[in-house]
Amino acid sequence: MTSTLEKKEIDKITVIAPDPSWESEVREAAMRSIVTKPGKNWWIAVSLLSLVVVAGVGAWIYQLKHGMNSAGYNDQAFWAVYIADVVAFIGVSYGGAVVSAILRLSGQSWRAPLTRLSEGMALVTVLIGGAFIFPHLGRPERFLNIVAYPNFSSPLVWDFIAIATYTLATAIFFYLPLIPDMAVAKNLVDTGGKRARLFSILSLNWMGTKRQRVLLHRVLTIISLIIIPLAVSVHSVLSWAFALTSRPGWMESVFPPYFVIAALYSGTALVIVTIYAFRKGYKLERFITDRHFVRLGYMMAALGLVYAYLTVADMLTEGYTGITTGWIQQTITGKYAIPFWFYVIAGEIVPIALVVMKKTRNATGMTVAGVLVVISLWVKRIVIILPAATQPLISGQWGSYHFTWVSITVTLAGVAAIPLLLMILFRFIPLMSIDEMEDAGPLGSIEQISKETLKAAREESIPEPSKEESK
Amino acid sequence: MDERVGESGMKLLFNKNQGDINGDSEKTSEVSRRKFLKIVGMSAGSVAAVGAGIELIPYRAWADSNPNGWGGNSGVSGMSAATMGSGQEVGNHQWAMVIDLRNCDGCKSCTAACQKAHYLTEDQTWIRVFEMGDSQGNSYFMPRPCMQCENPPCLDVCPVHATFRTDQGVVLVNQGRCIGCRMCMAACPYQARYFNWKAGAKYPDTGVFPTLKFPVPQRLGTVGKCTFCVGNLNHGLMSECASACPMGTIYNGDMITDVAINSMGNTVKLSKFLYDNDAVAYKDENNTHPRVWYIPGHGQNLDTNATTG
Ligand code: SF4
Ligand code: SF4
Repeated sequence: MTSTLEKKEIDKITVIAPDPSWESEVREAAMRSIVTKPGKNWWIAVSLLSLVVVAGVGAWIYQLKHGMNSAGYNDQAFWAVYIADVVAFIGVSYGGAVVSAILRLSGQSWRAPLTRLSEGMALVTVLIGGAFIFPHLGRPERFLNIVAYPNFSSPLVWDFIAIATYTLATAIFFYLPLIPDMAVAKNLVDTGGKRARLFSILSLNWMGTKRQRVLLHRVLTIISLIIIPLAVSVHSVLSWAFALTSRPGWMESVFPPYFVIAALYSGTALVIVTIYAFRKGYKLERFITDRHFVRLGYMMAALGLVYAYLTVADMLTEGYTGITTGWIQQTITGKYAIPFWFYVIAGEIVPIALVVMKKTRNATGMTVAGVLVVISLWVKRIVIILPAATQPLISGQWGSYHFTWVSITVTLAGVAAIPLLLMILFRFIPLMSIDEMEDAGPLGSIEQISKETLKAAREESIPEPSKEESK
Repeated sequence: MDERVGESGMKLLFNKNQGDINGDSEKTSEVSRRKFLKIVGMSAGSVAAVGAGIELIPYRAWADSNPNGWGGNSGVSGMSAATMGSGQEVGNHQWAMVIDLRNCDGCKSCTAACQKAHYLTEDQTWIRVFEMGDSQGNSYFMPRPCMQCENPPCLDVCPVHATFRTDQGVVLVNQGRCIGCRMCMAACPYQARYFNWKAGAKYPDTGVFPTLKFPVPQRLGTVGKCTFCVGNLNHGLMSECASACPMGTIYNGDMITDVAINSMGNTVKLSKFLYDNDAVAYKDENNTHPRVWYIPGHGQNLDTNATTG
């Protein structure tokens, strides 16, 4: 890295003079979760959610003691709810990370209030998704055998490597934009306190010099570039745990993109739900507007259509030739028909309608759509997994999986852990990226967008942000 | 429709038209199943000597280019490095199994004997008797042990090498290492793997410690499957299923010595028996190369079994 190159880059970036009133507004709002003492509602929510998580851990201990039969598993339903949980949770994580990475790379300044929340969501859900591997295993205490005796021809070893790498990348992706904020935050909490010390350690001596900014900007661009293919590969590899078997219904070449799009679709949906909850809880309406929801809603609807297309493509090619149609019959009209049609209605038709109809194209409408998508995409994972697993490969009966209190409690614990961990995380972390918010300036006024974006806007004649709605 | 998968999945190993339904099975009445070792063991020495000088050729290629079939003139098998899987030594024996579907009456004695010997639960049918439909609307029975695939998909996908293949061609599970991910259950095309789902399954009170060849008692949270009773075979005994079969359906065989034997005391020359009876490997289009061959049929009585059938 030559110094001349650095100099050139430094020249390119001009730090705009911050608007003082905007600055103080942003700082106050972003630090709200840290500075103000949590109210009664916060404590009630945290205790209730913790209760659910503790119940889930208890159920898992019960399962360890009594065997996986207590979670409803049997030899024909050998993979079921827990692997669906792994795929679903890591999927939403992917959505959070990629939404933020794509918006960052494409220089969308309206992303500024959303990145922190979606990256936080990505980090929390990948940890929970990874944790669901443990109830999935019959012998979780031997988990490290994967490290001790790895068989590199096994898709599960690839999964392990991919998920571990992705988790690390998500953590870095969450941490990097945090550095400047930590420098700001350490001055906003009582000096000498524990949090001030923590913040100053995390801020890595950030002074906001040009050199530091260039470095951070460059590293963030690189990691945004890396995290997209990384997340694509994680979901492709996850799908290969299914697609590399000879089972009809799993051995599908469409599986990698199918999984990737499902992840993006459900992830965008959970970003919407997350920002809605935090906007409400911390009164961030000034920064996260209905327009944010609508834009994310458009992204979600587009992904939903692609996912529907892949679902049809998968089923039609197999169903038409009629060679291995058992699982399709069971999915469409047989024992998995109810969850499948639930996905079609609640996971495609209703959410897309909510986006299309002008009346519901607002924060509430998009959030309802988001909740529906997240739930029905979990159901869809079950519908992908169970028919192929329970089909008879030689002859005889279809197997069945029965939900038990154990598997339901453990799964609900994972669901409860998302808000719980997010609420705790944001007691220590600013809700929005202060640095990016200050950089972006008040939304909708192009003068205050960083010079970089202006330049890009001129070069590529991107319409002004206020007209970008159709993006 | 699913019933038909079985039939369409059968692949002919031998091109010759079905000959004499009995084949040329050498009936050696004085050979009891307990003397399996003796037959196998005695010839093993001579084979080892001959085998050293023989060029080993992939079995199928060899079978195609030798219309007389595997084991043809010399009686020495066409065992090869290819059929052993890469990098593996060929052991003294290469265990195989022949299941003569013409004899099976679906009594499930094999399943019961296996479950008793290995203290399995009722669901754990390491050898399971499937009722299969044919194109005429009839049904026949098909016992299905683990196929001991020469190219086992279950082995490829196991993340921790808990599934392995011995130099005698038997695929085993190291239940002390298995993490219970069940990837192998997803990969096996024959539904031959069974998990230990329930704690407190019946354990023997014999103080036996589970070994690789004899994984009894089964360990909770790990996968188990048919071991071919390779411990029995190595001690000159037949597998539990074969010796329990009242119809002589199941033959234990050794591809090196080219001998197979059933519970009726029939000893046959394995390659010739397979060849003459149009033996098939089930679902070999998955490139699994099973070590279990089926002789198709619908329960016709064979002369050898006229009295018991
Ligand atoms: S369940 Fe056990 S034997 Fe099967 S693939 Fe997993 S670790 Fe290997
Ligand atoms: S039959 Fe199944 S369990 Fe047995 S070796 Fe083949 S793939 Fe593995």
